[in-house]
Amino acid sequence: MNNIENIKKIIIKKPLKLDCGVTISNYPLAYETYGELNQNKDNAIMVFHALTGDQFATGKNPITNKDGWWSYVIGPNKALDTNKYFIISANVIGGCMGSYGPSSIDEISGKKIGINFPVITINDMVNAQFNLLEHFNIDKLFCVTGGSMGGMQVLQFVANFPDKSKIAIPIACSASHSAQNIAFNELGRQAIMADENWKDGNYELENKLPAKGLSVARMAAHITYLSKKGLQEKFGRKLQERDKIKFGFDADFQIESYLRYQGSIFVDRFDANSYLYITRAMDYFDLSKNFNGDLSKVFKNTKTRFFIISFTSDWLYPTAENREIVIALNAINADVGFLEVKSDKGHDSFLLDVPDFLNSLKNFVDNSYNKRP
Amino acid sequence: MKEEFKIIANSIQRDKSILDVGCGDGELMKFIYENISKKIRGLELSKDNVQKCIQKGLTVIEGNAEMDLQQFPSNSFDYVILSQTLQAFLNPEKVISDLLRIGKTSIVTIPNFGFWKVRFSLLFKGTMPVTKTLPNQWYNTPNLHMCSIKDFVNFCNKRKINLFKSLALTNNKVSSINKFNLNFKNLTSELGIFLLEK
Repeated sequence: MNNIENIKKIIIKKPLKLDCGVTISNYPLAYETYGELNQNKDNAIMVFHALTGDQFATGKNPITNKDGWWSYVIGPNKALDTNKYFIISANVIGGCMGSYGPSSIDEISGKKIGINFPVITINDMVNAQFNLLEHFNIDKLFCVTGGSMGGMQVLQFVANFPDKSKIAIPIACSASHSAQNIAFNELGRQAIMADENWKDGNYELENKLPAKGLSVARMAAHITYLSKKGLQEKFGRKLQERDKIKFGFDADFQIESYLRYQGSIFVDRFDANSYLYITRAMDYFDLSKNFNGDLSKVFKNTKTRFFIISFTSDWLYPTAENREIVIALNAINADVGFLEVKSDKGHDSFLLDVPDFLNSLKNFVDNSYNKRP
Repeated sequence: MKEEFKIIANSIQRDKSILDVGCGDGELMKFIYENISKKIRGLELSKDNVQKCIQKGLTVIEGNAEMDLQQFPSNSFDYVILSQTLQAFLNPEKVISDLLRIGKTSIVTIPNFGFWKVRFSLLFKGTMPVTKTLPNQWYNTPNLHMCSIKDFVNFCNKRKINLFKSLALTNNKVSSINKFNLNFKNLTSELGIFLLEK
């Protein structure tokens, strides 16, 4: 495993006042890039990752040795074509892949910050990542895109910086985190905090790891990323390496074994406190809150060309919630397209090989790029 | 391109904003985009067609006109196009009122149920008509509310909708409809093309 200290990062000197009131400065932001920035600097795409993603959007993640989370989307001749576009992907603040987060070392105490990390929001994440434009000397991005929490960051980016991206593609997301989604996040957080090794968030100081809690959080969340039909088709009632049920609480069923495995590998790559902080940021996301609930006003005067994508079997960020963004943009006569892609793969569809999704994304991006003046 | 689309495109002034309701695979939109106005958007029910439009570089929203037109602000487009779709709605009356609200001008085309071949089929064959503009059988047609050119003209008159241009299309030949030739055009035309204002 490569050392996490060797990954690319910038130290952001400019102070950032977080929504919670705390000001941070001189903090690291870890990032990765793919493709080349052209001379006009008009081919840059910023992709935002979801809850458990990181800056390694494609290719091999050097820390986990797994494929990047958007390997189907980003690469030569793929939907986001690295032969054409310069792709920037950063680890959100609050994350655990090199950006400023609970597992960063506090300069004064020399210990991990842990639960003393300030509570962050999607707005804070986006404002921190905006510094990368200056770092690469890019005046205006060609595109901002991402799915799930990444989609929320897309919406927040356009709201904060209306003239800094030509097109915006929020995927499988919502402009306001629903009660159901807050509930699922709370379930995950409670699982972590109920683990005796969590130690009120100071597990690092005591060399403990709330692995059980974090893995249960991941198992619960993982179910929400899939669809009933997808689960039934893949697992049904199939038994795990046995001919009949064993009348016990072992993983008799394949779905149980699968979820346990997903939980167990997650704890190797993700920090429990980061999970708390990032899910909290998602829960606090309510873009129209400062505009009396009028989402249209958030995007007033936007010149950005929007394309919103949802998936038929996504019940976590259902089409209706995505459509609310379309309706708000329509109400101000913004340039907005919308497609609900047919897929049985649930919320995870945006990460998977779903040809209708990948083709439409590619067509929209390439056509928009060719249309530039 | 279909003669009907040529007539619609010719009715639109340069660089005006257009909403094509039920834009299909985007053939008409693409022509307008390339030749008349870049400010064109579409609304389409079929996922396949939406994807074809995206492939053509067109801005399209997947949606159902009967539910989704209400989200568009009043007077937000110079033109709203509804090509041969009116008869497929559950509530055509509501769709027309939405069109008039959203667009300064609405362009509506209808397959004419008063066309002599249609009348002939029902009168002499005793079967539901199947023609070039009405290609489906009774059991698989998407059409719920067929009307004739005369029905549509009466509908507009009754609601005081300003029908400021009415055209008839038969065998790719265009002619004007007026109150003197209405009965004749209602018999001899395959398609009616209407320009409406509030």
